[in-house]
Amino acid sequence: MRRLTMRGWQLAAAAAAVLGLTVGLAAQNLTINGAGATFPDPIYQKWFAEYNKIHPNIQINYQAQGSGAGIRQLTAQTVFFGASDGPMTPDQLLAAPGRVLHFPTVLGSVVPIYNIPNVTAELKFTGPVLADIFLGKITRWNDPAIVRINPGVTLPGMNITVVHRSDGSGTSYIWTDYLQKVSPEWKQKVGNATAVNWPVGLGGAQSDGVTALVKQTPGTIGYVELVYALQNKLAYGPVQNSAGEFVKASLASTSAAAAAAVKQMPVDFRVSIVNAPGKDAYPVASFTWMLFYEAPKDKPRAKAMVDFMMWALNDGQKFTGDLGYAPLPKEVIALELEQLKKIKVQ
Amino acid sequence: MIRRSGDRVFYTSTGAFALVLVLIVGAIAVVLFRESELSIRAFGLRFWETSTWDPVAGNFGAFPFIWGTLYSSFLALLIATPVALGIAIFLSELSPSWLRTPLTFLTELLAAIPSIVYGLWGIFVLVPRIRDLQLALPEWVTTMPFFSGPPVGVSLLTAAVVLAIMIIPFTSSVAREVLRAVPLSQREGAYALGSTRWEATKAALFYARTGIIGAILLGLGRAIGETMAVTMVIGNRPVALWSVFEPHSTMASVIANEFTEADSDLYLSSLVEVGLVLFTITLVINFASRLLIWRMTRQRAPRVARPRVPAESAAV
Repeated sequence: MRRLTMRGWQLAAAAAAVLGLTVGLAAQNLTINGAGATFPDPIYQKWFAEYNKIHPNIQINYQAQGSGAGIRQLTAQTVFFGASDGPMTPDQLLAAPGRVLHFPTVLGSVVPIYNIPNVTAELKFTGPVLADIFLGKITRWNDPAIVRINPGVTLPGMNITVVHRSDGSGTSYIWTDYLQKVSPEWKQKVGNATAVNWPVGLGGAQSDGVTALVKQTPGTIGYVELVYALQNKLAYGPVQNSAGEFVKASLASTSAAAAAAVKQMPVDFRVSIVNAPGKDAYPVASFTWMLFYEAPKDKPRAKAMVDFMMWALNDGQKFTGDLGYAPLPKEVIALELEQLKKIKVQ
Repeated sequence: MIRRSGDRVFYTSTGAFALVLVLIVGAIAVVLFRESELSIRAFGLRFWETSTWDPVAGNFGAFPFIWGTLYSSFLALLIATPVALGIAIFLSELSPSWLRTPLTFLTELLAAIPSIVYGLWGIFVLVPRIRDLQLALPEWVTTMPFFSGPPVGVSLLTAAVVLAIMIIPFTSSVAREVLRAVPLSQREGAYALGSTRWEATKAALFYARTGIIGAILLGLGRAIGETMAVTMVIGNRPVALWSVFEPHSTMASVIANEFTEADSDLYLSSLVEVGLVLFTITLVINFASRLLIWRMTRQRAPRVARPRVPAESAAV
């Protein structure tokens, strides 16, 4: 005991050495923080975990706080990267202290789900019919507009109850983006955002809330992400695309929408792919983006993040299918790899 | 000397803790006010009375949320108060002692359940029941302005019932404690004057009335601020209607729903202003209830001195 005390200074020196070593290691370890959209959260978490296995010194933390919060935090520079389900608006780009680059990471699509008693047949929808239902103009299930596109299905004269998301969400962004593309009236009266002033209907909190309301309430129609519908085995209907075909959402038809949009891809990737051309394309689809500064101050982190993106755009895409996301088309990946070179890492 | 300096330390440290509380409330008010400045400047007092909530057009008015919060809270109070007081009276005055402990335990257990669990229970159990009720009501009822609305189950009434269940344990345990604190002499006096049990209980209730009002207002405070459970069952529609079967929206629920995705400064600022409105309303209600309790206590003071009080109230 006494000897230990006498050697206290030696212990202190040893402790200092250990501490010094840890600090030395920490200099090589990089923690990178990001925040944003909830929709791609499962795939991002998977990517960051997988990437950490290959590069144990790179630790990427992602907080799924919502697209709006992601853009705000990126602008305030409290995170290194942001993520969003909708591209940044011109105002938001101006508000950011530096030039922001958009990188599409994966694709998602949104599907209509419904609950009509005694109707087991798959119900088809067109853009204008969906818009009129969500505008409150089509109020009954046996409305001629619905009957016409669903020959052979006996529809009841029941009231339609619309269920939408009560929380602001990327899902609503994609859904309203589609409705405004197919309906001038929707564009003028309601518009496109993560949360809008819904003309009719009930709000369910999160996808779970929407699903619970639709499942329980006869006569309802709502919308959820394809991932969510697949995981929960929900029935959903095909939607007519711009080529006039009724297409059911799937990973393939979602990727087809992106491939069709490649030709008109703007250089900054801020593109909406709803109602995309092509007869295989599912019309209610969208990219989700990661957001980076073009000239970040923190060079080591910039380098690490560019390396990560190279991996995510190549090897990372193979994790998409299992989690219900559609992989990016090759053409888009090639364009993104070009843009990746713009990020100043030195 | 040592004792005196110890006293001083004790006084200063506890005083500092009390001061921290004041500072926190002050800081919340300042931050809420500063962050909502943009919205206050854009909409002014109109914010309190307009009903449009349009994030796309950047046009915000909080009236439907204020309405939804107050309507659902008072409705919840209306449902919860008789039940909670009944529980409190039974437990403090009438219950056989072997039943008292388990019943007290059960009511307190209700208070410990997280609100999200109430919300889930609301969605999966209560919502279908309310819908069945709506479908079972005869048409002359559903055409009345208070009971019209689509038979979907999510509604102001559903939220109020969930809220009522959530506030019952709070109101009833405080009311029970207050009733137990009534001096035995009050009841003995009442019995001595030939009161029945009901009359003696009434005397005790009269004696404890300020505390009971406090218990009820504690429940109201909790109902006004409740977020998660309400969001899940109220239907989240920004409207101000009289019908209890219509989906509505509350201040707490709109903040919880839209805060994370608010992408423009004005939108965010408007949501913070909703928070400021909620803060102000809570403050006003608390202040008003203090005032009420204070006035009632002052009223009682001279009458307590007179020996006729219990008999008088027992004779009512």
